[in-house]
Amino acid sequence: MSAGAIRAGRIAARLGRPLGTLCGLGLLWWGIVRLGGVPSYLLPPPDSVARALWAQRGLLAGAAGTTLLETVLGLLLGTMGGGALALLMMASAPVRRWMMPLVLLSQAVPVFALAPLLVLWFGFGIASKVVMAVLVIFFPITSSFFDGLRRTPPGWLDLARSMDARPGLVLLRLRLPAALPALASGLRVAAAIAPLGAVVGEWVGASSGLGFLMQTANTRFETDLMFAALLVLATMTVLLWWGVDRALARMLYWVPDDQPN
Amino acid sequence: MVTTPTHPAHPLGLALHHIDHGYAIGGTDTPVLDDISLTIAPGEFVALLGPSGCGKSTLLRLIAGLEPPRAGTILAEGTPITGPGPDRIVMFQDPTLYPWRTVRGNVALGHDIAGRKDPASVDAAIELVGLKGFERAWPHQLSGGMAQRAALARALVNDPRLLILDEPLGKLDSLTRLTMQTELQRLWRDRGFTAIMVTHDVEEALLLATRIIVFSPRPARIIGDLPIDLPPHRHRDDPRLLDLRKNILTQLGHSADW
Ligand SMILES: Nc1ncnc2c1ncn2[C@@H]1O[C@H](COP(=O)(O)OP(=O)(O)OP(=O)(O)O)[C@@H](O)[C@H]1O
Ligand SMILES: [Mg+2]
Repeated sequence: MSAGAIRAGRIAARLGRPLGTLCGLGLLWWGIVRLGGVPSYLLPPPDSVARALWAQRGLLAGAAGTTLLETVLGLLLGTMGGGALALLMMASAPVRRWMMPLVLLSQAVPVFALAPLLVLWFGFGIASKVVMAVLVIFFPITSSFFDGLRRTPPGWLDLARSMDARPGLVLLRLRLPAALPALASGLRVAAAIAPLGAVVGEWVGASSGLGFLMQTANTRFETDLMFAALLVLATMTVLLWWGVDRALARMLYWVPDDQPN
Repeated sequence: MVTTPTHPAHPLGLALHHIDHGYAIGGTDTPVLDDISLTIAPGEFVALLGPSGCGKSTLLRLIAGLEPPRAGTILAEGTPITGPGPDRIVMFQDPTLYPWRTVRGNVALGHDIAGRKDPASVDAAIELVGLKGFERAWPHQLSGGMAQRAALARALVNDPRLLILDEPLGKLDSLTRLTMQTELQRLWRDRGFTAIMVTHDVEEALLLATRIIVFSPRPARIIGDLPIDLPPHRHRDDPRLLDLRKNILTQLGHSADW
């Protein structure tokens, strides 16, 4: 067998297993609905969800595009903001003392309770959803990166200090790269939860997006469309996570790869 | 081959006066260095011998300026050492290569920190330690001995006036070790830096050093200070070396007939 074929086979196996699990769950779902006689406005059978998925594909794709845009913008802004704040907190003790409570607060306050307020402030457009996504990921990004910056192995620091490196250089050329794997774990978490922020924002007040679609479908008892939107959201989140994971692995090529596949 | 440097080094002289040091380990205070006084003339090659855990690496940290001693002073050319300086270069016991830098990037670390560019001397140092062809390798792709050689190259490119070596050849196989010992000695002669080297290998100390300091178990005190008045090209089987070896092993607590 050629290397390419082996590789293709491996990828197929990797995709096949979770797909198999999903098919099994779908079958179970179908069985419960059919045999249990559950009314379809409570739990539609998988085949009617699939039909809704196909019939409303244009609508779903448009909504997914909006949500994806909000999520990606939120990820970018949240990573830049959280990353910069972590660096500042590392560089300056006053910043650390003043900002640490705020970082904690961004996690302690239920952001979802803030959603109506944010929509009021930032409008029905995508801005309020981007802000939601930023708030949701701010803590994992900032705290993981800050932890990474603080936990530089003492031996690495000694080496830089023994060569008389100034503190600014130590921060940017040693602590920063040494903290990138920690930032990467924060980013993986962020990629998985950022869509949640966007969707909740849409739920509260929007004119497009998957959350908006789910909300309207729900009030109209179009439960099959709601499930279809949910499926699209889940798929999007998984793909986003996978893309971020691959991109990070590629950027951090120097980290010895001991991940079990 | 590494050419002699264009700017001749001025070896650094050191004077240690009554150094005491210690650490708090598990709530109790552990003395590590006990009244160490030592004068090292510019250009000497001093080997430090002593049992594991006695405080040799600690003493090197103090000389490097990474920590201040609890008591006593360390003078470099008459001036107290208050911190690290680019003329005192350490090769740590652990290779400590930065994983996001290639071998080449790691060897060039001192230049990068100093804001200097000198690719030729980086290449020369890499070749000297026998890592030619591995310039673009990542640290996790190196063996323990290769990593240690990269660390040696990283120390050498900085043209130190004082080279502080903490078991620099400890992880090498005996053959590579012989080559590196010869290279180290040649560099020391050509470049004329002062060298302080911790080693567990009595023969290595006898072969390279102009002077051997023997420490007691922790807290380290100086229990022996032997000049080796032999020319640099020493033969391993030189009877004078064998006598010295017996002497040192006795001081370290081994029976002389070993
Ligand atoms: N950062 C530290 N904190 C607490 N104790 C330390 C620290 N560094 C060293 N020590 C203690 O100081 C003592 C001497 O350590 P040191 O590393 O200087 O020994 P050494 O002579 O270099 O030993 P080896 O030959 O095994 O490398 C040890 O007992 C160790 O536990
Ligand atoms: Mg040691």
